[in-house]
Amino acid sequence: MRPPQNLGPAIETTELAKRYGNQTALAGLTMSVPRGEVFGFLGPNGAGKTTAIKLLVGLIRPSAGQGTLLGEPLGDRETRRRIGYLPELFRYQEWLTAREVLVLHSELAGIPSVMRARESDSALDTVGLVRRADDRVGTYSKGMQQRLGLAVALLGQPELVFLDEPTSALDPVGRHDVREVIRSLKQRGTTVFLNSHLLTEVEQVCDRVAVIDRGRVIAIGALDEVVGSASGVRVRVNGLTTVAEEQLRTHGGFTVEQDWYTFQAVSDEEVPALVANLVRLGGQVHAVERQTGSLESRFLELMEATGHS
Amino acid sequence: MIGAPIFVIARLTIREASRRRLLLAVVILTLVLIGATTWGFAILTSLPCRNGEPCSPIESKILAATLLILVAFMFSFILTLGAVFITAPAVVSEVESGVALAMLARPIRRSDVVIGKWLGLATILAGYTLVTTSIEFAAVSVFVGYTPPHPIMASTFLFAESLVMLTLALLCSTRLPPMTGGVVALILFGLAWIGGIARAVGEALGADTVRTIGQVTTLILPTDGLWRGALFSLEPSLLLQGAGSGRGFAANPFFAIGPPPPEYLAWAAAWVVAILGLAVFSFNRRQL
Ligand SMILES: Nc1ncnc2c1ncn2[C@@H]1O[C@H](COP(=O)(O)OP(=O)(O)O)[C@@H](O)[C@H]1O
Ligand SMILES: [Mg+2]
Repeated sequence: MRPPQNLGPAIETTELAKRYGNQTALAGLTMSVPRGEVFGFLGPNGAGKTTAIKLLVGLIRPSAGQGTLLGEPLGDRETRRRIGYLPELFRYQEWLTAREVLVLHSELAGIPSVMRARESDSALDTVGLVRRADDRVGTYSKGMQQRLGLAVALLGQPELVFLDEPTSALDPVGRHDVREVIRSLKQRGTTVFLNSHLLTEVEQVCDRVAVIDRGRVIAIGALDEVVGSASGVRVRVNGLTTVAEEQLRTHGGFTVEQDWYTFQAVSDEEVPALVANLVRLGGQVHAVERQTGSLESRFLELMEATGHS
Repeated sequence: MIGAPIFVIARLTIREASRRRLLLAVVILTLVLIGATTWGFAILTSLPCRNGEPCSPIESKILAATLLILVAFMFSFILTLGAVFITAPAVVSEVESGVALAMLARPIRRSDVVIGKWLGLATILAGYTLVTTSIEFAAVSVFVGYTPPHPIMASTFLFAESLVMLTLALLCSTRLPPMTGGVVALILFGLAWIGGIARAVGEALGADTVRTIGQVTTLILPTDGLWRGALFSLEPSLLLQGAGSGRGFAANPFFAIGPPPPEYLAWAAAWVVAILGLAVFSFNRRQL
């Protein structure tokens, strides 16, 4: 089910804030999440990611600011029919079976009774829990409970799914499975709000990311905008004299670590000229590597810039 | 509407109690208790009254009625404690574990959870009270040959008394950890019990201050007044006539001169509704 076009953003907030006593959990979140995309929400521990999700889902009320969810004001009860949510602290009735948990949530979500069994089965299948579907949740491992949580979030084909650290308890296979689930959600037009600190994971599935720190957005945009286009090149050279090194400054700034020279700003077209120059200056070139920007390096840069270290 | 969230939660609550074998354990223990009390009853009422002479029918009846009142007191105790123990964790444990997060993200109100749980727990309590007290009264009637004047009224009052405690424990459960909530509820129960006695003593001795303080406690937590309703329903007219003028009787926690007035019952009902409303209010404000 593809959402109709031109509906406006899935999520929009202005200066959304939450305080607990004199503790500020979220200082002022202003952002917009377009529909149909996988949105990565990143930030260090305690940045306010979970608080932001709880505010968006309507579990807690903002202390200030406002926002809309699928076009409706935050906290609107009916809108919750159209969303799915996997909490960071995921726990389900341990005395029920996984299938019963799903049927319960189908009931609460207002899914018509004739569709409940089918919806539950399909969610169980998606997360790979069919074989254990009739065992009590109390007998599940943490990872299986997280898979169940993902199944609960997928019930009823929501338009928007919130996943708060969805792979925290999963092994590499489980993480891979979750990425596949996210991709298939995107394919059917679902907006996914992914809260994670696993940057490689975010890099693999997200179209767009926001980095928050102490409750404020410090970077937001399409993934490659935030990461920045690849611009560096690493070359392994030996035999360069200090004089030769001086002359290399024409290619912009660089750093040296043993035989590795890293040039920060050299475009694709300039690489052959750089190599030719190195050879001309008497260097023996062993390797040339294009440096691709990574979300991780960008993230660390941002953290450093804001005073984390 | 059977599919409404309140009823979904109520059914879930009942299912939890049966899945956790709480009901089974309690029912088995209670049956043992009923068997034991009935047996003790049969023995005591068949003993001779003086010098080997059998008791007169009136003496037998008074003895049976008195014993049954003590058994009813035991039930009131079990029901009250049971109501507090099953209710004290009801809301808070789900908030603390995180179960509530996923549930409350559904299109339901927080009041659906509170009222649904209240409904489910009250149903369990009603079923339990009805079944166990009926068996007890029936067993005494069959094996001892004594039937109290208003057995159904008595069961209803016992249920109402424990429903008051259930509602109070539910209110505690929206804020306090299970253990704390349970202890707070039970301490209040103890105060109300002493308050009830104070009121009766004050009345009997004409000590107005004591009476007023007692009166206030029975209004703040209407358990003792309802217990006296159960008592009165179990007292045969014989017992009441004998007590008639004796002022000291009024102070006896196992004796009631008259039924609670209708205003008091209305107050108790309003109290339950108000405390339930307060529980909803309190849970609505709670941070998750
Ligand atoms: N219920 C609460 N009471 C008090 N402080 C809270 C509460 N929930 C979160 N916080 C505080 O708010 C900040 C942000 O928390 P959180 O949103 O969980 O961060 P994140 O998910 O990004 O790690 C933290 O400093 C945390 O201690
Ligand atoms: Mg978090």
